[in-house]
Parts: sequence; structure tokens; C-alpha cells
Amino acid sequence: MPKKKPTLAVWKFTSCDGCQLSLLNLEEELVELADCLDIAYFPEASRRLLPGPYDLSFVEGSVSVPEHVEQIRRVRRLSRVLIPFGTCATSGGIQALRNFTDVRDYARLVYERPELLPVLAESTPISQHVPVELELQGCPPNKAQVLAAVAAFLHGGPPPRTPASVCLECKRAGHICVLVSRSLPCLGPVTQAGCGALCPGWHRPCYGCFGPKETPKTASLARWFTERLGAREAELVRAFRLFYANAPAFRLESQTHEEPTRQG
Amino acid sequence: MKNQRVRVEYLTRVEGEARLVLKVKGGRVTVAEFAIFEPPRFFEAFLRGRDFREAPDITARICGICPVAYQMSAVHALEKALGVTIPPPLRDLRRLLYCGEWLSSHALHVFFLHAPDFLGFQDALALARHQPEMLRLGLGLKKAGNELVARLGGREIHPINVRVGGFYRVPSREELAPLKDTLARAAEAAHATLRWVAGFEFPDFTPDYEFVALSHPEEYPMNEGRVVSSRGLDIAVEDYEEHFVEEQLPHTHALHSRLKERGAYLVGPLARYNLNYGRLSPTAQAAAREAGLGLPELNPFKSILVRAVEMLYAAEEALRLLEVYEEPPEAAVPVSPRAGVGRAATEAPRGLLYHRYELDEAGLLTAARIVPPTSQNQKRLEEDLREFAQGHLDLPPEDLTWRLEQTVRNYDPCISCATHFLRLELRREERD
Repeated sequence: MPKKKPTLAVWKFTSCDGCQLSLLNLEEELVELADCLDIAYFPEASRRLLPGPYDLSFVEGSVSVPEHVEQIRRVRRLSRVLIPFGTCATSGGIQALRNFTDVRDYARLVYERPELLPVLAESTPISQHVPVELELQGCPPNKAQVLAAVAAFLHGGPPPRTPASVCLECKRAGHICVLVSRSLPCLGPVTQAGCGALCPGWHRPCYGCFGPKETPKTASLARWFTERLGAREAELVRAFRLFYANAPAFRLESQTHEEPTRQG
Repeated sequence: MKNQRVRVEYLTRVEGEARLVLKVKGGRVTVAEFAIFEPPRFFEAFLRGRDFREAPDITARICGICPVAYQMSAVHALEKALGVTIPPPLRDLRRLLYCGEWLSSHALHVFFLHAPDFLGFQDALALARHQPEMLRLGLGLKKAGNELVARLGGREIHPINVRVGGFYRVPSREELAPLKDTLARAAEAAHATLRWVAGFEFPDFTPDYEFVALSHPEEYPMNEGRVVSSRGLDIAVEDYEEHFVEEQLPHTHALHSRLKERGAYLVGPLARYNLNYGRLSPTAQAAAREAGLGLPELNPFKSILVRAVEMLYAAEEALRLLEVYEEPPEAAVPVSPRAGVGRAATEAPRGLLYHRYELDEAGLLTAARIVPPTSQNQKRLEEDLREFAQGHLDLPPEDLTWRLEQTVRNYDPCISCATHFLRLELRREERD
């Protein structure tokens, strides 16, 4: 008798669809994946939607509207293993830039009646609402990370983790340091590894799209930017307040450099 | 049947979240709605105060499927605001990058999202079981596009190498050389795809469209051109906002665009093809005729053929650009901040993508406006739903529902794009 395959579900919250696409971009491996997992719920890819529970759920996107709060609890109840993947799901995403302002200020820019906007004041990560088994950072996450997470799920190994900065990958790749040699404000020293030190390899500074690494020394990097590169406070705010703006380490660092008049 | 309701709560095989609602009363379609419920992300709001250099990376995040399109419209609009002109070799490299996105985005739509409908399959994995050689073909095409974007842009999704003024680093001839074989194979695969999809059955459906696309005197449009239509519109991109307006409707989260004078219009592959057939390569033209595409071609179900023609064109065009490629001496031209306004439109895989930015003297954005293809097509899409349903009310409900889903998928709607700016308040007004 063939063993019943574990079921996979892929969920979307507030996002650009890029993380789901990183699954579809597995190309040949996707077909192999379908041999090992029953793709039971993946609306972007199939009309066939099977009811839960599901053994493994990937979640793309952030919690940003009131109905999401209940939806993510439902996804949690339906999922044995829950893996938020990508910047939005693991930190709130670029749309979390609104967390630093009154969302109604944004709304007023474009909306005639902002009081009717059914959006939450903040865009937040999945883990702020439900417990999760593993998080995959990156905008988008690396395909290899996604595959490694699936392999760990299927074979019961430890989940893939690389507690290192982009600098480590940069050194391994043999890139010349863009911070030291080109005097570019590179976030590599405080950013989670996983991209393969992509930007330095293309002669541009890392802009932190894999989010903060464990215990990032953001303050000393900011000081380097100020003292050696002549960065102004507003530039520091923008540097730390981008795709991972809402991740605690980057959020605190960006707030450190803000005008004191801003309200908490 | 006289009274009927079709409601698909969560449309599948489209990018983003939308539902479809159709109501029939006394044998007449009274409501045909493509309702988008994807939450807003406020891109235009949070772009204010950002440095102009950040805009290509930020706007890329509007869409994971077509990030290059956002980067292209952004850099061209910003370069206009800053008075920067890009030398021909960098211009060619941008066109090469766009070819990659057209290939991967069209391959995704043709094989994963659209073809299963014609074959009665729920998804592309069913294709893997029944016609594995065709899925392999599709995966190969998608991979070829992705490889091109990655070799030039750094990675497939949200490339990192595009900047205002050019690129961060230009690849050497040697780095790009392996792409030649990949793209030659992709051109063959696209041709085979076209022959395959030409054998599908297409419902007889030819709405009275006004097609809108860029048009360029020498080339099939990607990054440049005037905005033209099949009913005589012919304007500079700078005048786009004079002719096109957006309106709010109560049932959907995204704005509907319309031509001020005439209402609904269609952007995307079918529009590009009809308005620019003469600028396709001779092989792409011959392949289109051989596949039975008309000129003009009015059947939206046949957009799958046009996507295959455009994949063939994109692969050939990329090959041509690779053949003549010489590494430019500089990866980018110098750019200095200054106050200004810039507008640009480029042809995203799904159609015309318009950006406008206003900058202050420090180079910080003071305003941004982005009009994606899906919001432009929404109004026309609903008219398609209404017309198609009206003509096919005799179909069994499940068949009608599936056909209507397919009517939506003809557009390859990208809902994440359409709602980045949406206005959610309801304005009660009589429609039509």
C-alpha cells in the first residue's frame, strides 16, 4: 500500500506574491516536491482546494487587516507545522513602514474618507499572532532555504539555520568589501545570511532584505556610517527603515536617529 | 435558466485575492463583478520622503511576478525628472532584462495558470501527469527567463542590479555567453508552445475592444514609445493623465481606469500584438499567422497564443541583443538630485505600467503615482464577464462558472499590483 503523502498548504496574507513564486520557481524540483507532498491547498497554483487539516503550511504575507487576525488563527489550527516565509510574514514587510506613522496620515493622502479604511494600524509578522515552527527570512527567501525547510520537514532533521551575517558569505565568495574599499553604506554586517552576498557581488551595498541577523551590532555600524562615510541622521533612518523596518533591531536603530519631535 | 447566481469566493490560478460575482435575473445578466479584496499596502504614501535611488527597489515589491516592470517604469520616470539620458548600450541591457521577465511571466501564465483551463485540468501538476513533455517545455521557458533576469539582475525575484542611471555593475560578455544556448532553446520551445496552444478549442467571443499599448517606430514596445490605441489615441506618455482617469466603485478595492472620452479599454499582450504586429520579428509574425492568429485578433481566449508569440519574440530579441553585446565602459551615468517631475510608461508583461514621480531639490520623493495594468483592465474585464455570460447562460452552472473564471484568467490579472494604492471607502454612485 502506498503511504499517504503529507499535505502542503500555501497561504497568502498581505504581500506581493513573490514568495509563492519562489515555490513555483523551484521548476523541476516542484514536480519532485509534488511526488513527496500532496499539494492540497495552493490557490495561486490550483483550482483543486482540499479541506484541512494540513501537515505543512507555508504562509506568505503580513497581518494587516482586521480579518487577518482570525484567519491566521484558523490557519494555525489547521496546520501541524506552520512556516511563515519572506519579509512580510516574518517582520511585516515594506508595508510596515506605516507602523512609524499614523496610518490615517497615509490614508488621508489618497483617500477621501479615511475613517472607513478597514486596515489595522500596523502591519505585523505572523509570529506576533500565533506560534510558528520556523521562519524563513528574505525578500524573497532563497529557493535553497525553502527546499531545505521542506526536506527537514519530510525527513525530520533540524530546520536549516545559518546564524551568520552577509559578511560571512561575502568573504566566502571572495568579494571585495564594499563598505571598506568603496565606502558604501553596506548593511551586510548586521544582515542575516542567506542571499549569498548578492549585492556586494554586484558592487552595491547590502540593503538588508534578509533582515537582522541574531544580535546585530546596529549601533556600531550606524556610528561607522556617520563617522567614516559622513551619513546624516535621516539617511540612517532610511537605511534601517526599509524592507525589515519592523524587525525589532532595525526598528530601534532607525528610531534612535529620528527627530526627537516624533511621537512614539 | 432565468435566475442564477455565480459566485466564486476565492479565484484560483490568479496572482492575488479576488472574487467573481454574477447575477442573472429574468434571463439578463444584471451584475458582473470582479471584486478585489486584497488589502492595500500604501506604496504611494510611503514613497513620500524616500530617496529617489530607493524607488526601483521599493516599487519592485509591488509585484513578485513582474518586479522588472516596476523597476523599469520607475527608473525611466525618475531619469526624466532628473534630466538623465541613458546611452544605447545600457538601454539595450534594460531591454534584455525585460525580455527575461516577459519570458518567465508569460511561461508562468501560459503553463501554470491558463493552459489547464483549456485541457480541463485543475492545475499544471495534472499536466505533469498527462502531458509531461509539455510541462517540461513550460518549465524550461520559465527557467530560461529566470536565468536571464538572474544573470543580469542578480536574482529572479526582486532583482538588485537596476539603478537610476543604469546598473550597479554590467556583466562581461563571458558572464552572459551561456545564455545564448538557453535562449536559442527557449525560442524553439516557445514555437512548440505556440503550435500546442494553437490546437486548443476557443469559444467564439470577440468583444468590441479599444486596445491601448505603447508604440515605437522601430521596435516592439518595452521601455519606450507613445501611448496609442486602436481608436486613434496617439499621445506622449507625459499626457497620459490628461486622457485616462481612475474611478472608485463600491464593490472592489482597486480603482477602475477609463479613457475619459470612451470608457473601458484593454492593455496587455493582445493589445500590444494588435497595435505593434509590424514590429515583431519576421519569424514571430510568420509563427503568429501559422497559429491562426487574426490581425486584429479580437478573441481574449486567444491571448494564450499571443503570449506564446511574445515568448518567441522575447527569446529571439534577447538573442539578438546578446550577439551584439559589448560591455559598456560605465555601468551607469552619473545622476545628481534636483527638483522635478518625471513620467514614464513601459510594457509590463500584463500591459502598460505608468509611473509619475515628483522630487524635491534633495532628491526626496514628494509624490508618486502608479497605474498598473490590472487596474486599467478591470473595467473591460467586467464587461467581458457580462458579455460572455449573457451569451452562454445555457451552459450548466459548473461549466459557466469555469468559463467565467477562464474569462478572468485571459487577462492574467495581477491583483497584488492592482491594489497597492487602493481606496477603500465606498462612494455610492450609479454605475454606467
